[in-house]
Amino acid sequence: MKPSRLASYLPFVVVGLAALFPLLDNVYYMQLLTRVLIMAIFAMSLDLLVGYTGLVSFGHAAYFGLAGYALALMGPKYEAVSLWWSLPAAIGVCALFALITGTLVLRTRGIYFIMVTLAFAQMLFFVFHDTKLGGGSDGIYIYVKPEMLLGDFKVLDLENRDHFYWLALILAAGVYFFLRRVLGSNIGRALLGIKVNEHRMRALGFPVFRYQLASFTLSGGLAGLAGYLAAVQYGFVNPEILSWHQSGAVLMMVILGGMGTLYGPVIGAFAFVMLREVLSNQAWFGSWAGHWQLAMGSIIMLVALYMPRGLAGLFVKPVVTEAEEEAEDE
Amino acid sequence: MSEPNSSLTSNQLPAAGGDPGSLRSQALGDRAAPASTEPILFTRALTRHFGGLVAVSDVSLTLHVGEIHVVIGPNGAGKSTLTNLLSGDLPPTSGEVMFEGRNIAGCASDEISRRGIGRSYQKTNIFLPFTVFENCRLAAQSRRPHALRIFHRAERYTEINRKAEAAMAAAGLGHRADRVAATLSHGEQRQLEIAMCLATEPRVLLFDEPLAGMGPHESQRMVELIQQLSANHAIMLIEHDMDAVFALAHRLTVMVNGEVLESGTPEEVRSSPAVQLAYLGGEELLHE
Repeated sequence: MKPSRLASYLPFVVVGLAALFPLLDNVYYMQLLTRVLIMAIFAMSLDLLVGYTGLVSFGHAAYFGLAGYALALMGPKYEAVSLWWSLPAAIGVCALFALITGTLVLRTRGIYFIMVTLAFAQMLFFVFHDTKLGGGSDGIYIYVKPEMLLGDFKVLDLENRDHFYWLALILAAGVYFFLRRVLGSNIGRALLGIKVNEHRMRALGFPVFRYQLASFTLSGGLAGLAGYLAAVQYGFVNPEILSWHQSGAVLMMVILGGMGTLYGPVIGAFAFVMLREVLSNQAWFGSWAGHWQLAMGSIIMLVALYMPRGLAGLFVKPVVTEAEEEAEDE
Repeated sequence: MSEPNSSLTSNQLPAAGGDPGSLRSQALGDRAAPASTEPILFTRALTRHFGGLVAVSDVSLTLHVGEIHVVIGPNGAGKSTLTNLLSGDLPPTSGEVMFEGRNIAGCASDEISRRGIGRSYQKTNIFLPFTVFENCRLAAQSRRPHALRIFHRAERYTEINRKAEAAMAAAGLGHRADRVAATLSHGEQRQLEIAMCLATEPRVLLFDEPLAGMGPHESQRMVELIQQLSANHAIMLIEHDMDAVFALAHRLTVMVNGEVLESGTPEEVRSSPAVQLAYLGGEELLHE
């Protein structure tokens, strides 16, 4: 029991240490860490579906990218938009889109679910790619980053790198603790039950579709939160933000880190962003750096083969394996 | 959605164990059908096709609270399909399922469960990675979902925990609460299957071969449990174990090729020439 109690304090320690990072005044790594935090939110939102509801979505970039476009299209062009309303609005748009697409895609399962979620993401991609709505393939610049005002006092100015880093950290930690709480409640237990044995859940009287739709909507909204932050960090949005590569990358983060845990996707996002940084470093890998995806793909394959529980599996033994071992002992 | 007047409350759940008397003596015991006049569930001309195959054909049967209705028949007679039609796992091709005055034919299985019809599966259908307690807790949670209380920890609903514990104890699994379901013996998994069904507090119980794969002692306990449950539930039981069938049945229906061949009290069915010829080849039942 002791190591697990220690482990329960670990997230607080990590967040505390991460909060001190701007003191090092290293702009490059702080931007990289900000990116890790944003992708961690994105990966946690996907893990809610993949790891806790048993739904493998291959179109999660749709909600991520939609929030970016929502920010770019909603705000005034040459003034800072208020974070107070633009962030909830962007999340709301994504959650609503997830609610609508969810009612359709949740009628399918397995490989069909993967394909239909991908199809919806591709539809959105081409809507923004082929129409003038979002500036076509060039996308839209976000000239002025959002700010958070309290009266006349500027609480957060996202032009300031430290502010933006702290905001990303607070939101990532918030999403982690929020999801941990939700997944420990009745709805979380029901979602896990649906993942393990959907048929039995239905026979027990659970309206499975409604639970899945709630999970899908929440997941879409949280992906939107990540996408909003990503758009702020880049300073522009273009259709690439909703491409299937993006959906694949976040799925790889979840697999790399370990699905079915909340810290897994965080570790996965960290590992993925850092690996990409290392593998595409020209000083170290010369001309091979341009082919970083080859090395990344090999690493993901090795992890999938030899570490089916992902990097998180190195630290905590999942319940199911324990059960299987116990069964073998008898 | 939960039914406040559900007949199965924790203090009505029969305790596990008790005196293990022989099946035969129970069979000869008090057999006065305690059925109330109004059936809680009955079917009219229930039919289900699979392509050209008629799995269940024109079946009419009634279930009363206080009565155990046993359905027997050779493999492929349509017994499990019949269960699936009543529980909503399959929609019928035609016919009616009247439950408490409403036609529930074609309703989804989760809705039928919430209305008060619980079932167990012939092939064990549980949450293998979860503990025995969590299996039952989830089942009890289905009656009090509290899905919107997203910050209230699931294990802190005392009412749900109490129902789960009562169901475990009734099925004789009280001592296994913290075991992971995958590590249980086959017989214990069967018991868990029943416990989960009870934790949903149904008024009608559909048991699909609950004794399959159980040892003699476990079977004995299950027979006693089903007898105790029959006091305030309507029970439909599919079973092959003839000792158990005659120990439990208030009403017996014989199905062959999807059709009801004979239905009545065990004595009526036993003496039916049609049953003796078609189903038993004049063998087993006569030996009783």
